[in-house]
Amino acid sequence: MRRFTWFNATSITLGFVFLYLPIILLVIYSFNDSRLVTVWGGFSGRWYGEALRNDAFLSAAWNTLQVALVTATVATVLGTLAAIVLVRGGRFLGRTLFGGMVYAPLVMPEVITGLSLLLLFVSLDVPRGLMTIMLAHITFAMCYASVVISARLVSFDRSLEEAALDLGCNQFSAFLRVTLPNILPSIIAAWLLSFTLSLDDLVIASFTSGPGATTLPMRIYSQVRLGVTPEINALSSMLVGLVTVGVIVASLISKRAETRRLAAERAAR
Amino acid sequence: MPEPPVILAKGTGAATAAGHAGTASGGPGGAKVFAPWNDPDAKPLVEFRSVTKLFGEVAAVDDLSLKIYPREFFALLGPSGCGKTTLMRMLAGFESPTHGEIWLDGKELTGTPPNRRPVNMMFQAYALFPHLSVADNIAFGLRRDGLPKGEVAERVEQMLALVQLHGLATRRPHQLSGGQRQRVALARSLAKRPKMLLLDEPLGALDKKLREQTQFELVSIQERLGTTFLIVTHDQDEAMTVADRIAVMDQGRLVQVAPPAQIYEYPTSRYVADFLGDVNLIEGRVAAMAAENARLTWCEGRPDFTCPANPDLKPGDTAWFGIRPEKVAIDKDMPPDRPGQNAVEGTVWDIGYVGNLSTYHVKLDDGQMVRAQVANRVHLARREISWEDRVWLSWGKDDGVLLAR
Repeated sequence: MRRFTWFNATSITLGFVFLYLPIILLVIYSFNDSRLVTVWGGFSGRWYGEALRNDAFLSAAWNTLQVALVTATVATVLGTLAAIVLVRGGRFLGRTLFGGMVYAPLVMPEVITGLSLLLLFVSLDVPRGLMTIMLAHITFAMCYASVVISARLVSFDRSLEEAALDLGCNQFSAFLRVTLPNILPSIIAAWLLSFTLSLDDLVIASFTSGPGATTLPMRIYSQVRLGVTPEINALSSMLVGLVTVGVIVASLISKRAETRRLAAERAAR
Repeated sequence: MPEPPVILAKGTGAATAAGHAGTASGGPGGAKVFAPWNDPDAKPLVEFRSVTKLFGEVAAVDDLSLKIYPREFFALLGPSGCGKTTLMRMLAGFESPTHGEIWLDGKELTGTPPNRRPVNMMFQAYALFPHLSVADNIAFGLRRDGLPKGEVAERVEQMLALVQLHGLATRRPHQLSGGQRQRVALARSLAKRPKMLLLDEPLGALDKKLREQTQFELVSIQERLGTTFLIVTHDQDEAMTVADRIAVMDQGRLVQVAPPAQIYEYPTSRYVADFLGDVNLIEGRVAAMAAENARLTWCEGRPDFTCPANPDLKPGDTAWFGIRPEKVAIDKDMPPDRPGQNAVEGTVWDIGYVGNLSTYHVKLDDGQMVRAQVANRVHLARREISWEDRVWLSWGKDDGVLLAR
C-alpha cells in the first residue's frame, strides 16, 4: 500500500469533487422543500412523492424499463454469439471485417448512429415507437456486451471444452455444461451493462422514437427545457441511484468471478 | 551377429506378472513375460497405419505406423515439437490425420468425434471443471452416458478409493493441492472405463519428489485395472519408470520403439543414445566386422576399440561408438591388459560433483572428451583423482554400442 501524503489526499479530493459535486448537489436539492430549485427551503421528501404521482413520468419510466429489459436480454444473447464466433471461430473469411463491424458502434458518435437508424426506419417505412428504440439500443448495446464476454472467453481454458468433448459431450452440450457456467459472471455483467446503457440513453432514443414512445431521459430533457423543477431533481436522483446500483453489482460480480478464477489458476500451477 | 539379448520389460516382478497373466505368454521355467509385441499373433488395440498430419506445409506426424497392444503402458517420448502430442490428439479425436488410418479395437476412427471414441484423456493442466465439485467432475462423463444415479455414485466412490481421495468429494478444484488435482483428473478420465487412457504430460506440473512417487502409483493403478495407457512425455526418466515400451520420436517420425532397458542399452542411433541418458560418442572407421565383435579405428596410432558387432556396417564405414559414462571405469594406473578390454589414457579436465555421483570429464590425448561417471562410495576428502591428473579409462568389449547413424 502506498503511503498517505497530503498531496495524494488533496488531489483525490479535488478529483472526486470535480466529478461528483454536481450529482451530490442534485441529490441534495431533490430534498428541498421549496418550489424554487436554487433556494433552500428546508428538508422534505415531497418531490419524490410528486414525481411518483406524475403520470407522464410514470409512463415514460415504464417505457424505459421495457426498452431496457428487452435490449439487455437480446443484446446479451447476440453479444455472446458474436463473442463466441470472434474468439472461438478460428480464421474464417471476413473475420476481421466482422470483428470491426461488431465493435464499430463503440466509437461511432451517437448522433450518427441515431440519424442513420432514423433514415433506415423511414426508408423502410417502419412505424416508429418503442420497437424501433429497442432495435436501436440493441445494435449499440450488443457491441459492449460482446466486448465484455469476449474478454472472458479469451482467457477461458480451451482444454476444458476438450475435456467435456472427451467425456462424452457434443459441441453444443460442452458449451452448455462447461463453457456457459464458467463465463456466466461476464454474461450477467454484460446484461447489467446493456441495461444501464439503454436506461440512460437520450440521443439515440430521441432519433428513433415515435409518437407515444417517450422514454424517461427524453421526458426529463423536454421538461428541463421549460425550467428545472424539484420534481426533476427527485426523479434524476432515483435514476442515479438505480444506475449506480446496477454498475456496482455488475462490477462486483465480475470482480468476484475474476478473483476466484485467478485463485483457481494459481492453484493449478 | 546374434540377436540382442532379450531384455525383459519392467513387468518381471511377481505382482506385475500376475497382473499381466491374462495376456502374458508362458516363458521357459514358468516365468511370465509381458511382451505381446514379440508375438506375431497378438492383436493390437491401436494401430496407426502410415499416418501423416500436416499443419500447413509442416508435417507434425510423418508417415508413421505403430501398434499398441492391450494392457500395455506405452510412452511416446521426444522433445517438444516432435509430434507426440499431435499423435495423441489424433487418437483422442481432437485432430484428424491428413493421410493414413487409425484403428482402435478393430474399427477405423477417422470421422468419429471425440465423444464417441472409447478412449479418455488426462489433460496436461488437468482441465478440471472449476464450477463442479470433485465428485461431479468424476461423474461428468458417467452422467453423459446416462448411467443410473446409483451406479454413478458407486463408480465415483470406486474412483475416489482408487486415487485415495476419500473425504474430498465435495471440494472444488481450486481448494485442492496440485497432487490432489492430478488424482482427480486421473479418476475422472478412468471413470468411464475407457479401452485406452491417454495421458498428456500428466506429471509435468508436480514437483520432483511428488512426481517420482506418482509415477509408481500410475504404474500400480494401470496394473490393477489392466487398462492400456498411452503417455506422452518429454521426461526420459518418467518414460523409463512407467512404460512397458517407449517410442522415441523426432520430427514426426518414430526413431526407435523398444522396452526401456533395450532402448537404453541398445539404442539404434546417436539421436536415441543421446536423448535417453548421457552418452560418450566417438567417431571412427570400422576396421573389422566379425560375428560377435567389431573393431573400430578411432585415432591413428592408438589401438582399435573392440565393440559389439553391427550387421548394418561393413569394414571401411564411418561409425560411432557410444558408451554410457557409468560404464567407463577410471583409474590412476594402467589397468591390466585383458583380452577385449579397451583402455585409453587422458587428463582429468573437469569433475562434476552431484553428491552421490561424480562425473569426470577426461580429455584424451587427441583432444576428445570422454566422461566417466562413478558412484561416490568414499568420502570426498579421500578422493584419489583430481584435476589435471593423468588417468586411464577402460571398459569391456560388450559395454558400448556401435552405431551406423
